[in-house]
Amino acid sequence: MSDTITFTIDDKEVTAKPGQTILQAADEAGIYIPRLCNKEGLAAYGACRVCTVMVNGRPQAACTQPAAEGMIVENDTEQLTAIRRNIIEMLFVEGNHFCMFCEKSGNCELQALAYRFGITAPKYPYLWPKRELDMSHPDIFIDRNRCILCGRCVRTSRDLDGKGVFEFVGRGPDKRIAVNAQANLGDTEADVKDKAVEACPVGALLVKRVGYAVPVGQRKFDHKPIGSDIEEAAAPQK
Amino acid sequence: MSETTEATVRKICEDFGNDRMRLMDIARAVQAEFGCVCGEAMDAIAKALKVHRVEVEGVVTFYAFLSEEPKGKIVIRVCNDIIDVMKGSEQVAEALKDELGVAMGETTDDGLFTLEETPCMGMCDQAPAILVNDVVVTYVGPDQAREMVRKLKADPDPTKLIGRVGDGNNADERINAMVHNNIRKAGEVILDGYADGEGLKKALAMTPAEVIRDVKTARLRGRGGAGFPTGMKWEFTRAAGGKKRYVLCNADEGEPGTFKDRVLLTERADMLFEGMTIAGYAIGAEEGIVYLRAEYMYLLKFLDDILAKRREKNLLGENVCGKQGFNFDIRIQIGAGAYVCGEETALISSCEGLRGDPKNRPPFPAQKGFQESPTVVNNVETFCCVPRILEKGPGWFAQMGSQGSPGTKLLSISGDCHKPGVFEVPFGISVKEMLKLCGAEEPAAVQIGGASGQMIGPDEFERTICYDDLPTGGSVMVFGPQRNILKVVDRFMDFFIEESCGYCTPCRVGNVLLKERLDRIIEGKGEPSDLEYLKDLGETVKISSRCGLGQTSPNPILTTLEKFRSKYEELVQEAPDGTQRNFDLADAVSDAQTIAGRQSVHL
Repeated sequence: MSDTITFTIDDKEVTAKPGQTILQAADEAGIYIPRLCNKEGLAAYGACRVCTVMVNGRPQAACTQPAAEGMIVENDTEQLTAIRRNIIEMLFVEGNHFCMFCEKSGNCELQALAYRFGITAPKYPYLWPKRELDMSHPDIFIDRNRCILCGRCVRTSRDLDGKGVFEFVGRGPDKRIAVNAQANLGDTEADVKDKAVEACPVGALLVKRVGYAVPVGQRKFDHKPIGSDIEEAAAPQK
Repeated sequence: MSETTEATVRKICEDFGNDRMRLMDIARAVQAEFGCVCGEAMDAIAKALKVHRVEVEGVVTFYAFLSEEPKGKIVIRVCNDIIDVMKGSEQVAEALKDELGVAMGETTDDGLFTLEETPCMGMCDQAPAILVNDVVVTYVGPDQAREMVRKLKADPDPTKLIGRVGDGNNADERINAMVHNNIRKAGEVILDGYADGEGLKKALAMTPAEVIRDVKTARLRGRGGAGFPTGMKWEFTRAAGGKKRYVLCNADEGEPGTFKDRVLLTERADMLFEGMTIAGYAIGAEEGIVYLRAEYMYLLKFLDDILAKRREKNLLGENVCGKQGFNFDIRIQIGAGAYVCGEETALISSCEGLRGDPKNRPPFPAQKGFQESPTVVNNVETFCCVPRILEKGPGWFAQMGSQGSPGTKLLSISGDCHKPGVFEVPFGISVKEMLKLCGAEEPAAVQIGGASGQMIGPDEFERTICYDDLPTGGSVMVFGPQRNILKVVDRFMDFFIEESCGYCTPCRVGNVLLKERLDRIIEGKGEPSDLEYLKDLGETVKISSRCGLGQTSPNPILTTLEKFRSKYEELVQEAPDGTQRNFDLADAVSDAQTIAGRQSVHL
């Protein structure tokens, strides 16, 4: 038994270590599979479904599916691109996202994905939900209008910060992020240095008073599309 | 919250060993005691179980039968599935609203009544049905509903509403329910001629591997609808490492239009427990759990009593039937109102006291299930087949039914037919024969497999019920020519929106968007391009949703778009001037006008 798994992504041969997911193996091979709820160092979650790939012809989330010998993975196809666009658009209309005055703009993974996919406006109607803000904490705030329910703060707070400040409550379209207190974030042990704060891919969880410290134009995705770090970091494959 | 109430919550937690896994039971007990699980109760539970408070809140807000806000002493739930609506549940709801003086979802000022709607409660063959706390009232009309409220005002004990009890064990004092079995056709495997204990006796004389071999030879497939080979599932579970293994029974019968498991739980409880015991022996498990949907709470006392009797007879417990070293027992876990918990990994989550979210797979339950241990999850009907396979031999079972689908299938048939009820038929029966059996005179459409199944029209009535053609967990709904197909579809979409767990994007958002466009079409504001839009969106939900329930949730739209396309086409038309037909200027600016405090558009 070899301890290397070999499989293909869009006909390109890729190797993985046992236990690695398709997404992890792809990252190391310099193949970018778009994702939102997945974050390195956190348990795989499989919620956003943006990383949906075809594995031997069947849809799977690349972030939760272990790589297996000989599997044939499709990633960059017309069908998957259409599905991913649809999912990204769903997230845009589900919340209230106003990039032009969101301080996360340029650092936002949802926005960056929309740019990468060439989405100018969603084809779906905006749902305009009424969502709550939580400004109670001295250093951090929650803007649920922008929350995409990816669970990155939940997992980071629980598994990396060891605090369990965040958790989901409600069900279905009423699902929302909540905090470990009777009422507000200010009543929890959340701290501005918590890793959970920076885990948010969008502008739902932000540190106060630093919003424009990095000016627009110098932000993470201002010059290169999301995923280009993965595509550039890998050594050319033979 | 006073100290005494906090002490009560503490006591409830203690009764369940302060075990986090039993959070469902704890929350249900607190709800029953106080009419809600309020913030302070959550604090107390969190403290006792040593978990974060927000985790408790996450669970309480997930399940329909649990609530943060105080509910009335009597909660009246009106079943709102499509069959109940066809039989007049909306009129019943109107009568109740009027009599109680509240809107749907509200509680009366005196705190006595809460009125709610609930999805299919497994009584479609005796619709309309309502649930008054745990008491099921069937065949209810508007006048009876009013009368019922007056009675409850005089004596707030719902059990006093029970008038004439149903047939079979429904009349047993441990059940004492107005529910009817409506068994219209008994088949060879389950409803006819079961010899209690024979299967188990034979199984225990064999090795576990031989038992699994027999189940495999019989080619038994899961009766929940997906049809996974049961013997293979057991084999995987037995082969998986780890010390403990579990047998879980899915009695969360929530697919709209299905109710045959309810009849099995009523009339074949011993058979079910025997099947689970055999499974326990086969896979090497010591514990079995029946996950019973909250709507079937009225069966709990009866089922618990049967379990107690089986323990007395050494059919459960230590060294079962004298078989040295084989210890097995079963307990019942009550759900709290969540369709998604019928998905096997969500069911496991719920048994663990978590939100009923499905889990990522792999690992599959056979590898890592309940409490991370190898677990078999099977449907009630699947377990019921097992004692018979052991008793009569796998060959006997395999020769029934059709090639790829051996054995019989229990169908729950309801809707526009003369004989709604439960039918045990051999697999391979044609839709036409089935419709004849249930006395459907003018079927215009049949929904096979519940809301998540598919709708077919008369041109396909030659098709057969089996895993290779028309698979079904058991739900069959018949619609006559007077029914509006799109309204049926609309009701199914309401159901999926209501019952989505919300974990993944496509199911949580996609279904809301599908319904928005469907409603637009039903209102006559749709355009021809909307049909393609629905198909594209539906396919995305189908392909990219995380669990089986999400993947099947767009089926009502996708299957009718294909098979009843003319129903859509009749309603859509091009906008003559290129404008959007659904665009409503007044509505579009209404929020802005409210904020501005003045009218900006004069229409």
